[in-house]
Amino acid sequence: MNKALLFSMASLFLGACASERVVLLPSADGAPGAVAIRDKAGEIRLDQPYAAVKRTLDSNRVYQSSPQEVSERYGPTLAVLPQRPNAYILYFETGGNVLTPESTAALKAIRKEIAERPASEVLVIGHTDRVGSVDGNDKLSLKRAELIRAVLIESGVDAGKLETIGRGERDPLVPTADEVDEPRNRRVEINVR
Amino acid sequence: MIKVSKGAVSIERDGKKLAADVGAPVQVADRVRTGADGAVGVTLRDNTLLSAGPNSLIVIDKFAYDSVTQDGKMSVGVRKGTLAVASGRIAKRTPESVDFHTPTSILGVRGTEFVIEVEGEGDE
Repeated sequence: MNKALLFSMASLFLGACASERVVLLPSADGAPGAVAIRDKAGEIRLDQPYAAVKRTLDSNRVYQSSPQEVSERYGPTLAVLPQRPNAYILYFETGGNVLTPESTAALKAIRKEIAERPASEVLVIGHTDRVGSVDGNDKLSLKRAELIRAVLIESGVDAGKLETIGRGERDPLVPTADEVDEPRNRRVEINVR
Repeated sequence: MIKVSKGAVSIERDGKKLAADVGAPVQVADRVRTGADGAVGVTLRDNTLLSAGPNSLIVIDKFAYDSVTQDGKMSVGVRKGTLAVASGRIAKRTPESVDFHTPTSILGVRGTEFVIEVEGEGDE
């Protein structure tokens, strides 16, 4: 279907129906964000919190919405937005599979969160520093993740909730040159969603 | 996966209507529908959060995510009603691989949160 036809059908739709609206919300982590809305008339960019556009057949009206309007119009929708995922990082002693004492202690809070979240799912991601080969680090990172998986299952977490992967050295917390011994990159991230 | 489900919510898959209870998986090509008293919250594998308010019809047109490389793509349609979005890993890494669409527009996102509303009787 060509674009002109698609857009003329879209116009018929907006003609027959009422309107569409997009409201940009402040992001939970405070990072700047933006939404670009493309239609037959062109592109509208919203990049400030509560910037909004109401679109009807004849017009696109950009306006500043407010927390009050969002709460009145979208309260029931936002009330069921799922709980934010949470990430934990566990660290290993140099060159092996032994957790640091602090990380061993953190496992308790992680187990509690997995148990308390509705329909929780867990991604266990192993990482290495850049000492050694890429292949070797892929294997080591997966081994680290599997070790944590086993610890979680041992402590009563349902294996069906767990996905275990190794990202090797490709996603460092602290970027380094190759072959640098960087303890902060020898870690397992546990993402609970 | 469905994390929150209130009132009348169903998933339409392969012409069948399925219960959308907490813990039910959401798949590509699913249509998620809420009734007048319904609302539903879904978390996707890349940590995208979605929620739909009453009288909504949301379609998961595309979703793929490789958790090792973090490459992926997604496309979600709002046929009617309201959808709130808190974007996830794919939008952060490759925003050009993510879109949301309504009957008359396409939205691109830059790591953000927003609400889309489609008023009227649009449906199938």
